Amino acid sequence: MQGDVKRLSLILLFAPFALWIVLLIILPHLGMVYLSLREKVAPRVYEFGFGNYIDFIQEPIYWNTLLRTGSMSILVTVLALLIGFPIAYYIAKIAGRRSRGALFLLCLIPLWVSDLIRAFGWILLLRETGVISTSLQTMGLISEPVEFLYNDATVIVGLVYTVILFMIVPLVSTLDGMDDAMVEAGYNLGGSGPTVLRRIIIPYAMPGIVAGCIVVFMLTAGSYLTPILLGGKNSSWFTEQIYDQFITRFNWESGAAFGFLLLAFTSLVVWAGLRLTGQNLANTVAKN
Amino acid sequence: MNDAVEHDLECTGLSKHFGSVRAVDDVSFRIPKGSFFSILGPSGCGKTTLMRMIAGFENPSDGDIHIKGRSVLNIPPNKRNVKMVFQHLALFPMMNVFENIAYGLRCAGTPKSEIPQKVNDVLERIALPDVGNREIHQLSGGQKQRIAIARCMVLDPDVLLLDEPLGALDLKLREAMKIELKLLQHQFNTTFIYITHDQSEALVMSDNVAVMNEGRFEQVGKPEELYHKPATSFVAGFVGDSNRWAGKVEEISDGVAKVATEAGLSMLCKPQAGVVTGAPVSIFVRPEFIGAQRASEAGPPDANSNALAGKVDSVLFNGANSRILVRGPSAELIEADVVVTGGTSDLRPGDAVQLNWAPEQAMCYAR
Repeated sequence: MQGDVKRLSLILLFAPFALWIVLLIILPHLGMVYLSLREKVAPRVYEFGFGNYIDFIQEPIYWNTLLRTGSMSILVTVLALLIGFPIAYYIAKIAGRRSRGALFLLCLIPLWVSDLIRAFGWILLLRETGVISTSLQTMGLISEPVEFLYNDATVIVGLVYTVILFMIVPLVSTLDGMDDAMVEAGYNLGGSGPTVLRRIIIPYAMPGIVAGCIVVFMLTAGSYLTPILLGGKNSSWFTEQIYDQFITRFNWESGAAFGFLLLAFTSLVVWAGLRLTGQNLANTVAKN
Repeated sequence: MNDAVEHDLECTGLSKHFGSVRAVDDVSFRIPKGSFFSILGPSGCGKTTLMRMIAGFENPSDGDIHIKGRSVLNIPPNKRNVKMVFQHLALFPMMNVFENIAYGLRCAGTPKSEIPQKVNDVLERIALPDVGNREIHQLSGGQKQRIAIARCMVLDPDVLLLDEPLGALDLKLREAMKIELKLLQHQFNTTFIYITHDQSEALVMSDNVAVMNEGRFEQVGKPEELYHKPATSFVAGFVGDSNRWAGKVEEISDGVAKVATEAGLSMLCKPQAGVVTGAPVSIFVRPEFIGAQRASEAGPPDANSNALAGKVDSVLFNGANSRILVRGPSAELIEADVVVTGGTSDLRPGDAVQLNWAPEQAMCYAR
C-alpha cells in the first residue's frame, strides 16, 4: 500500500518532466531529423537521402556562416568569462554580506526587461542619430554622425551584455562555496597573487566556469534577436539562415538539416571544450 | 644580537584595533627556539587576530613582530617564513596529497627534480608514506591533519602557526592527535604556536602557555604554573575546574586571609598580590584539593583549615576523574574529587559529608 503511494507520487512528480522531454525535445528533434533526411525530387515528391546535408557542405556561405557563428560565440563566451569572473569574485568573496544580495539583484535587473526591448535600448544608444553619436558631436570629438550599429563589435557587445548573467550566477555559487582560508593558505604557503589565482581559485571554480561557459555558448550560438537587430544584414548569424530556410524559402527540409547541424556543431564544441579542460559534464552539474 | 637568534618569534607592544574595538591590546612576548607555545583564551579574546598578524593577513595598528630577529611588518604573507595550519585545514580539494605538499615547494622555486624526494621525505616523517596519490576526500580526519602539517613543514618554516586545528575532530581522535602533535613538534624541532580555547589541549602539549583575555595576555608560563599559581582571577577561573566563592577580606595575618563569603561562610585562604583587608575578593579552590569524608568518620574541624558540612547531591562517575557534588550550608553546590572504587564505602547521594581543604589551596584574588 505504502509502496503504491510512493510509486504513484513518483510517477506524478516525474510526469511533467517526462512530458516535457518527450513532447518538446525528443519528438521535435526526431521530426527534424526525419524532415532533414527527405529530398525534394519534384513538387510534393520526396525521397530519403542526405541531399540537404550535401547542399550545406557544397555551399561555402552556409558552413562559413556556421563557423562564423561558432567562433563569434566562443569569443562572446571568453569575453563573458573574463568580465564575469571578477564580478562574480567580488560578489562572492569581497562584498560584505549585505551588499552581496543587492549586487546580485542588480545583476538580475536586466532580465526583467525582454530581450527585444534591451536590443532596442542598444539601438537607441548606438544608431547614427543615437545618444552616443550625438553627444560625441556635441563634445566636438567627431564632425558628423557615426553609425555604431551593424558591425561585429556591436553584435559581440550586445551578446555579452545579454548572456553575462548566465556566467555570473554559476560562478558566484561555486566561488561562494570556497573557504576564504583556501586563498589565505595559498598565500601562506608562498604563492604570489597570480599563482594563487592560477593554481587555487581557478581550479576550484572550474565546475562553475565550465557550467557558465556551456550555458553562455549555447545561448549565444542559438540567439536570434540580438545579432539580427544589432548586426543587421551583415550579422550572418546561423540562426538567421535557419529562419530563412523555414520562413522565407519555405524549405523545411533544408531548415531542419541546418537546425540539426547547429545542434551537432554546438554539441561538438562543448564536448571539445570539456575535453580540453579535462572536465566532465557530470562533475560540473553535481558540484553545483 | 645573540639574544635575537635564541628567539624565533618576538612581538613587542602589538595592538590591533577594529574601529573602537581593541582586538589585541599591547601584547608582548618572546618564544624560545624550538618550543611549543600555546595561546589559550575564550572565543573572541583576540587570539585569532594575533595569529593572523603574525602570518601577515592583518596589519598591526601598533607594535612590531620579529621573526628570527628581523622585523616582518613590511613583508607580505607569501614572503614570510611562517606557515599556518588553518582551523578547517584548507587543504586544496582539487589537488591530490602530493600536489598539496608540492604546491609550496613549487612556489618557492624548488628545482623540479628535488620535489618528489622532499615530498616523500615529509610523508615518511608523518608516517603516511603511501598516500601521495590519494585525493583529499579519501583521507580520514587525522590523516588530513597530518597532511596539513606536512604541507607546511616541507617548507622548513621558522614558526608554524596552528589555529585550533583539532576543533573539528571527534573526542577520541582529538586525544590521540594531541599526543601526536607534541611528538611531531619534537621531531621537526620547529617552533609551534598553537591557538586554542581548549585548556586541556594547551596544558598537555605546550612548553609555555599564554592565557589571553580581552586582547591582553593575562599570564604567560609553564602549564603547571598556570594551574597551580594563576596570576589573576581570570586565569584561575579559566584554566582547570574550580569552585568559586565571592567574599570580603576580614583580616590578613601570617599570609592567611580570613574571608567572609557573600553566602555567610568564613574561609581561610592564601591572598594573592593586591588583596587587602576589606577588599572584595574571589576565592578559587580546585576540586582535587577538597577532601570529602563521611560526617560520622570526620574528626572535629581544624581551626587552621577550612571545613564545611554538607550533603552529597550527586555522584558524577567518570573513572579515575570521578567527582561528587555536595550541597553546602548555604545551598550552593561544591565539587570535590573522590575515588569511586565500586565498594560499599563509596559515597552515595544523600550521605552527610565533611569537606576539608588547606588555606594554601584556596586562592584569593582581588575583584
